[in-house]
Formats: sequence, C-alpha cells, structure tokens
Amino acid sequence: MASAPKTFDENFLSRLDAIIARYPRSRSAIMPMLHLVQAREGYVTAEGIEVIAQKLDLTTAEVNAVASFYTQYRRTPAGEYHVGVCTNTLCAIMGGDAIFSGLKDHLGIENNERTADGKVSLEHIECNAACDYAPVVMVNWEFFDNQTVESAKTLVDDLRAGKKPAPTRGPNSVPTFKEASEVLAGFNDGRANEGIQAGDPTLLGLKIAKGERK
Amino acid sequence: MSKLTPVLSAHWDEPDSFTLAGYQRHGGYNAMKKALDMDADAVIALVKDSGLRGRGGAGFPTGNKWGFIPQGDNKDHYLVVNADESEPGTCKDTPLLMANPHVLVEGVIIASYAIRAKHAFIYIRGEVTHVTRRLLQAIEDAYKAGFLGKNILGKGFDLELTLHIGAGAYICGEETALLDSLEGFRGQPRLRPPFPAIAGLYARPTVVNNVESIASVPAIIEKGAEWFTSLGTEKSKGFTLYSLSGHVNNPGQFEAPLGITLRELLELSGGVRSGHRLKFWTPGGSSTPIFTDAHLDTPLDYESVSAAGSMLGTKALQIFDETTCVLRAVLRWTEFYKHESCGKCTPCREGTWWLVQILRDLENGKGTEADLAKLLDICDNLLGRSFCALGDGAASPIMSSIKYFRGEYIAHLTNGGCPFDPVAATLFASSKAGA
Repeated sequence: MASAPKTFDENFLSRLDAIIARYPRSRSAIMPMLHLVQAREGYVTAEGIEVIAQKLDLTTAEVNAVASFYTQYRRTPAGEYHVGVCTNTLCAIMGGDAIFSGLKDHLGIENNERTADGKVSLEHIECNAACDYAPVVMVNWEFFDNQTVESAKTLVDDLRAGKKPAPTRGPNSVPTFKEASEVLAGFNDGRANEGIQAGDPTLLGLKIAKGERK
Repeated sequence: MSKLTPVLSAHWDEPDSFTLAGYQRHGGYNAMKKALDMDADAVIALVKDSGLRGRGGAGFPTGNKWGFIPQGDNKDHYLVVNADESEPGTCKDTPLLMANPHVLVEGVIIASYAIRAKHAFIYIRGEVTHVTRRLLQAIEDAYKAGFLGKNILGKGFDLELTLHIGAGAYICGEETALLDSLEGFRGQPRLRPPFPAIAGLYARPTVVNNVESIASVPAIIEKGAEWFTSLGTEKSKGFTLYSLSGHVNNPGQFEAPLGITLRELLELSGGVRSGHRLKFWTPGGSSTPIFTDAHLDTPLDYESVSAAGSMLGTKALQIFDETTCVLRAVLRWTEFYKHESCGKCTPCREGTWWLVQILRDLENGKGTEADLAKLLDICDNLLGRSFCALGDGAASPIMSSIKYFRGEYIAHLTNGGCPFDPVAATLFASSKAGA
C-alpha cells in the first residue's frame, strides 16, 4: 500500500491513530477522522479521504460513501465561520425564514456558499435542539439564541470584521470552523468551563418550582 | 406549590453545575457507589421495579431492555447512549448535557455494570460543539477520579467510555441506524430481528438508551423504586422533562410527573403568546400527530396521549397560535423528512419526495381537492410500510393536519395561495418578546 499523502505531518497522522485507538474495531474511527480532516483542511479533501482509507485499510470509495452520507462533511471549503440558520418548522415560523433570507441578501450569497473573503459560509440547517431559544442561529455549531434579522446581520458583520463574539451558550468567544471541527473529532480544547451552564428557558421550570419566578 | 418536580434539573441554576465538583456537592456519584455494591441483577431488578420507560420516544421499559441481554454468554456487551437529539421540537437532552453531563456519565457506569458491559459509547449529534466539550471534559474528569477505567473504586469492574460524535443525520437517532453509523458505515436502519439486545454493536448484545433514560437512573438507585413509582400515573411512572417552545410567553424546560397536562404547563409558564390563542401543537416532536385546543386536558403520559391519537414521543411541546399556517408548518416538516430519508426503502425515499411536491403546489394555490386524497394515499403507503419509523413520522403531520384543518388546505386553493402573513407569526412581531 502506498504511503500517506505527503501533505500530512506526523502529528496529524498520530492523531488519526489516537482516534483509531478509541474503538474496539478500527472502522468505527471513520467519522471522527473525517472531522479531523475538516479541522486541518476546512473541508473533506481527496487527500483526506485517501489518508483515512489507508489508515483503515478501506478503499477511497468506501470512505467517500460514508463522507457523502452526512451533511456536516463538506465537499467545498467552509468559511472561517460557518453560519447555520435553523429553518425547520418552529424556528422558521418564529423568524428563521426571515433571518435566512435577510442574511442571503446582506451577504450576497446563496445557501451553501461562502463570501469572497472566505470569512463566512451560510447554510439553512435543521432543528438544532434549542427550540425554546427560537429562532436560533449556529456559528460553527455554537448557539446564538433568540435572533432577529438585525441581530443576525450584526453577528455576521462582526465575524467578517474579525471580532470573535461570544455565543449565547458556549465558550467566551466563537471558535473558527477548523477549531470547532477538532472538538468534533473528539479532542478536548480545554474550554468546557467557559460560558454559562444554562440559559433562562432551561431554568424556567426549576425557578417556578423553587418559587423564584411566577 | 407547583406540580413541578425538579430532579434532573434540581441544580441547573448553580453556575458550576456541569463540573465534577458541582455534581458531587449534591451527592453526585453516590448512586454509582451504591450500585457497585449491589448484585448486577439486583440493579436491573430495581430499574424494572421503578417502571422507568424510555424517554427517547418509544417508551419501552428500560429495565426490561437491560434484562434482554443474555448473561454468561462470554461475549462482549455494549451500552450505547443515544444523544443524537434531532427530532424537530426536541430540546431536552442538549440543555441537560450542557448543565450536567456527569449525571449521564454516572448513569452510564451504573447501566454498564448492570448489563455487564466493559465498553460504553455516547453517540452525540455533531452540531452541538459546546455540549461536546462539556461531555469530553466530564468523561476526562470521571477517569481521573477513578470512576471510569480499570477496577473502578476497587470493585473489580472495568469500563471504558467513548464519546462518538455524529455529523448531521437525523436518521442516526433510529437505534439500528445509530449502530451502523457507530460502526463506521452510512447510517441506515437494520432489519429487526435480531434486536440489538442479541446482535447490536459489532453483532454483540447491546443496549441502546436515550440520554434522559440513563440520566434518570442515578436518582432511582439513590431514592429507590418506590419513590419513583409514587410519581406519575399508573403505567407511566416517574418524572420527565417537558419542553415548551413556540408561541408561548415563556418557553423552556419543565420537569414534572408524567400525566401533567398542557393546560397546566401553560398556566405555570405564562400561557400562549399574549393576545393570541392556541391553534395546534405537537405532544412529542414533529413525528407525533398534531393536537389542537381540544387536547389541552389530555394527560401527557404514554397511554393517554396514545388513546387521544398521538404519541408522547419526546415530550417536545411545540405550540403554534392562530397566526400560523398549518400547511406551511407541515410542508416544512415534510421537507425535513425528505432531506433526512436515508434512501434505503422505497416508500420513504419516493413517498417523502412526492409529498413535498404535492404540498408545495397546494401551498401555492395550485392543485385540486383531489390532491388531499392523494396525500393521504401516499401516507397510507408510508405509515407502517417503511423500513423504520422515519416514514411513520413523515406521514403523521400530514394525516393529522388534514384531519383537523382540511378547510385550511382548501382555503389555499380558493385563495390562490397562502392566506397567512408570515410576519405575524414571528417572535419579533410579538410586542413583548420583540421589544
């Protein structure tokens, strides 16, 4: 079997091995490995597919078959900040449709496109399990809750200007797409202690039960 | 006194609730110690006696599931926690894990000990970075504390726990698709039997449980089956998380005994959006047939919701007021099912595609009343005839909305398009929340 593509350094290759070591059977490592490729490349590259195939003793077709099934694995580069607007029913009705079309106009891009400066890519996403914070916008899969058209425009402007706004429920500043992908590959970035433990809607029932709120 | 019973959520208001220290301040990991001193079969018996039923939607008795794992078979056993929370409207496991990942880790240890698993997995969806961080940290801290790894607490019990992170596929919430995904394949459901208890992960005996089910176990071990059965209804025991979202003044999480009603939850939480009235709602996510204001007093337990023609599901109560176009809501859900259909079986792959085409035409005022019959005919070929429950889920909103709101479908035809103003339904249109 050919050696790994030269583009990958030893550190990257050893982390692929660390992923394989998590599982009783090596093939289970394919999904975190794909996330790690995105952490390095910004999307799933042909070289990334090749190195995974070699590590797992699979064909590139087998790896591609898996990569193409899951929507988070991108075939084109994500922006440094990948912005997802929930347009599933509840968020759509609560304002997600207006936010999504407002952002398309504001950024001058369509669904799954990226701004020319490479900073922001835009996607309409499915329910992200934050319905009590609707309408929800995700940036690199961090929560920006209770958005309006205007707040979402400000958010993407800040991202393009290189500010790193804090998610509503997340770390103190939003990570880049590549940094977030590394977490999704299962590597702890040490930022778990940042941010709040819960937003107001999460605590509503508890506070009512404790008589702190009516 | 309200009817609410915070157990899982009891300490979520403390800023460090997600840390090991925060969890142990209130007795965290004591249940694990207690369980490891018990006989494994006694742990299973206790969970059986508690009557705990699956909180992920199906409501299957958790202890029975554990009891199906063959013992003394000299095979590896696995516990897999389904944290792939993706059912539209469902938002309980995600805040739970953000506020307290350790309660799940403790539940995993107890459940693995009971079913004699030495390796457990938590399969979390890939779209929640911060929750992933919190779980990674919690697992690391549990290893450091000696609660995971070799010879836990010197009791001779070994357990590895691996967090597996998904990549955007609703179907992986279906337990057999989840297992295929965890094995490194496309997430497509498997034919059953064999059930996972016999041939699950790597064809070994496997229990797949929802986050909330496993997170409920430590409290049951600590306080006993009798305490748990004293809450809830005759066949739906205990407490659970209800998630209220949409057109309500105060959306959020409410932990209450099974059997509370939507009317009671609305009264507690400040009611439907001011100046508006309830039109329709889902009792447990988009896959559960919709309800109307006629169901305000239906007890939200497994049996009562089922008897009223829907399912308790994930207890995701999505509330829509009279500004909402039911056809728009249903079309969007249907587009979701089409997008998420894995393509394995024909009724779902083809059916969801055609449903979207017909609904889009209807929304635009095209088509005829005969299209409603066609929708129902396609639903009839999806419901119960698909490989997995995704097809059932796709049919449910359409069938139930035509049942309750047929006139509104027709109004799109007579009006030549949607008669509703989408702006009126937004959060920012509401004077209170938009301020």
